[in-house]
Amino acid sequence: MPQVSLTVNGKPASAEVENRTLLVQLLREKLGLTGTHVGCDTSQCGACVVHVDGTAIKSCTILAVQVQGAQVLTIEGVAKDGKLHPMQEAFRENHGLQCGFCTPGMVMSALDLVKNNPSPNERQIREYLEGNLCRCTGYHNIVKSIEAGAAAMRGR
Amino acid sequence: MAHNGIGASVRRKEDLRFLTGRGNYVDDINRPGQLYAHIVRSPHPHAAIRRIDTAKAARAPGVAAVFTGADMAPDKIGGLPCGWGVKNKDGSPMKEPTHPVLAVDRVRHVGDPVAVVIAETRAAARDAAELIDVDYKELPVITTIADAARKGAALVWDDAAGNVCYDWQIGDKDAVDAAFAKAHKVARLDLVNNRLVPNAMEPRAAIGDFDPGTGDYTLYTTSQNPHVIRLLMGAYVLHLPEHKLRVVAPDVGGGFGSKIYHYAEEAIVTWAAAKVNKPVKWTADRSESFLSDAHGRDHVTHAELALDKDGKFLALRVATQANLGAYLSTFAPAIPTWLYATLLAGVYTTPAIYCEVKAVFTNTVPVDAYRGAGRPEASYLLERLADVAAAEMKMDRVDIRRRNFIPNTAFPYQTPVAVQYDSGDYQATLDQALKAADWAGFAARKAEATRRGKLRGIGVSTYIEACGVAPSNVAGALGARAGLYEVANVRVNPTGSVTVLTGNHSHGQGHETTFAQLVAERLGLPIENVDIVHGDTGRIPFGMGTYGSRSLAVGGSALVKAMDKVIAKGKKIAAHLLEASEGDIEFKDGKFSVAGTDRSKTFGDVALAAYVPHNYPLDVLEPGLDETAFYDPKNFTFPAGCHVAEVEIDPDTGITQIVNFTACDDVGRVINPMIVEGQVQGGVAQGIGQALLENCIYDSTGHLLTGSMQDYCMPRADNLPNVSVATHATLCTHNPLGVKGCGEVGSIGSPPALINAMVDALGDYGIRHIEMPATPQRVWQAIQSAKPAQAA
Repeated sequence: MPQVSLTVNGKPASAEVENRTLLVQLLREKLGLTGTHVGCDTSQCGACVVHVDGTAIKSCTILAVQVQGAQVLTIEGVAKDGKLHPMQEAFRENHGLQCGFCTPGMVMSALDLVKNNPSPNERQIREYLEGNLCRCTGYHNIVKSIEAGAAAMRGR
Repeated sequence: MAHNGIGASVRRKEDLRFLTGRGNYVDDINRPGQLYAHIVRSPHPHAAIRRIDTAKAARAPGVAAVFTGADMAPDKIGGLPCGWGVKNKDGSPMKEPTHPVLAVDRVRHVGDPVAVVIAETRAAARDAAELIDVDYKELPVITTIADAARKGAALVWDDAAGNVCYDWQIGDKDAVDAAFAKAHKVARLDLVNNRLVPNAMEPRAAIGDFDPGTGDYTLYTTSQNPHVIRLLMGAYVLHLPEHKLRVVAPDVGGGFGSKIYHYAEEAIVTWAAAKVNKPVKWTADRSESFLSDAHGRDHVTHAELALDKDGKFLALRVATQANLGAYLSTFAPAIPTWLYATLLAGVYTTPAIYCEVKAVFTNTVPVDAYRGAGRPEASYLLERLADVAAAEMKMDRVDIRRRNFIPNTAFPYQTPVAVQYDSGDYQATLDQALKAADWAGFAARKAEATRRGKLRGIGVSTYIEACGVAPSNVAGALGARAGLYEVANVRVNPTGSVTVLTGNHSHGQGHETTFAQLVAERLGLPIENVDIVHGDTGRIPFGMGTYGSRSLAVGGSALVKAMDKVIAKGKKIAAHLLEASEGDIEFKDGKFSVAGTDRSKTFGDVALAAYVPHNYPLDVLEPGLDETAFYDPKNFTFPAGCHVAEVEIDPDTGITQIVNFTACDDVGRVINPMIVEGQVQGGVAQGIGQALLENCIYDSTGHLLTGSMQDYCMPRADNLPNVSVATHATLCTHNPLGVKGCGEVGSIGSPPALINAMVDALGDYGIRHIEMPATPQRVWQAIQSAKPAQAA
């Protein structure tokens, strides 16, 4: 079985995987990083979004062997030194989550959006979130959270 | 101390773990030595099983065991039980076929489980499942209500003639017929309440674990009510006594009803864990969820409303057919009956109501409660019919509602369909919503939209629902086979912090915060010193779980009752410590004081004395400060309110844009306004999904066409508007908090408001009704078919 070595949340990681093992399975089942979730099997829901070499990607649509040597950031690596990232803080402050299952993917997508568009408006946020499903919130407060999170990040 | 009590928008205690990826959902749990189950499911909607050959699969790499229904038979494994019996018009019981955990001789829907492969990895189990050879003989298929009722139709169950599960009625038929005979006008409407797939974002999962040393079983499962699962699975399916079975429902990623029920996979992994002597884990993939989670709604209804010359509602006559799917899910029979027809008075004084409901079996996934459960169906019917009646009478849609409202002076109000409303103010929620939506300014907005070539419409719904299920004796008389009280254990720790063990379950509702606010308020403690624990039969005394917006109304009341006991005992302890008489002790803001003096003891002092009883009335009082209360509600609660939708339709494409959505809901006393607003917004999103986007479709051969998130239209961020939410409280009169419940109002009030708005927008085409989901295709076709009529 192939061996995959990569950097996850700034730390080296390595695991033996099957050829067909998905990145999300590597993260959840081999590396114990269960914050990244699986909500569907057709790449629709976005609960599994992580960053690979700085780009948001649905970790259910990429094989583990494809991330050999890559830098992967998961939800577990977003808060630093026990302090929430401003985007996480914005979700908390604006009640941008209920059951929490879609939340890791939402936060990772939001960070990707803001990286490319530091001041997204409501319409841009809603369109960007096309690939992230939430069944609890109706998105209203997620949109508010991302607006607030983006503003806080600009102010840093 | 910051105000963290009742009425404060306290930020949620649970958010930290969810935001940092440290939630603990069932699939995040791994037990040492765990194996993985893959369920082999029927690819046919209806077939006889002639033979199942598992030999090749059993020899495949990594496979520990393969089991079929025949392997479970020697252990006399029972069928999945149904928790509610409904009677026919003649008093005879409904048809209640067995619901095997693994199908033995016949499969009745695509997705029906027939075998389970248990292997060292998920992939190995899935690979081996491909090697199982099931010899099926396909049988004729029934998928729709119309098919099921057709003369000479094939039978899903041989002993259920006409595929009828029950033919039920409520109300006074003679009084209704008499009222219709003298009616000035009759408004008539045929409508479909579309079938939905709940699709909580977390797929169901279950882990069975068995300890051969003690004989103890543990089931980790995605459940809204772990004690109910322990009872149903233990007593009816696996024959395990409660003291040897622990059910844990940790963080659960949304439920919306679909995680109430006892499912086959829970029994399979628990039973199999003992057979293979290792933990067994199963996690649904989303395709399996579509084929195995209970679906919602699926009604076809004809309704008639008799009116007098002033537009007063004289009588309502309703005939509904409900699709229950292939088997009876846990609470399925109650949904189109007691949770539907009892709400048909709505907020109106209609004096006579008669409703008959025929429930049928089909070769489809079982149907059960989905957010709102029966009440969205009732409010959709009534609020559409109110608009049709207004058109029939050439009256204003708001005016006809107002003149039929139950007045504020009429409470308690006994409806003609069994329930009694305790409180409400329907004019107030209507007024507030109309004002917030600027109903008065609509004509100008419509004129402006017309200039842009858009069809603009506005719609209103004034809905009611019933929550806080339920007084146990009432529910029992109506066919419930369980009690419906709730339980709270308030465990005061020696240094004065509090752990609450609640029988409710939070899967997004924020109980860990809201319930802690109740404790902070009542016991005068910092909210950080309060922890709310739920979801583990090994820790919590008992409970009936969370569904039907019952948690605060029933579980919150149990918590208040348990805190009252804590305070009562605390007063006795304080009286001893302060050398005063118990009757002179007052408790306020976390302090026990002697009335009229400055002598007091803090809550912490009293707790410490209870656990270190050196100076303590041991001769008359037990040590410790730990109280449990069971609370059985005295009545249902009746949240109500008004939703206003405003839409713009593009006549060239049929695309509908929701330009405004306004809700004003009476959910009783609000504990955490931020959470209530979030619950309403989420409910409205599901209502918009039902009205405009979502539809579960089987083709005529019984195959699910909408079996993935690529085919089933889940609401996405760019489909939805911002939702303006306001509340106007009248207090529930029969529970100590005055709360009514807010989890379902959004999905109940919104679909009729939206469809009413769309019919209003399409009024110039003479379109009188449009079915849900009102997709662009449906709207465009309605416009096209209306055009010739308009031209003529």
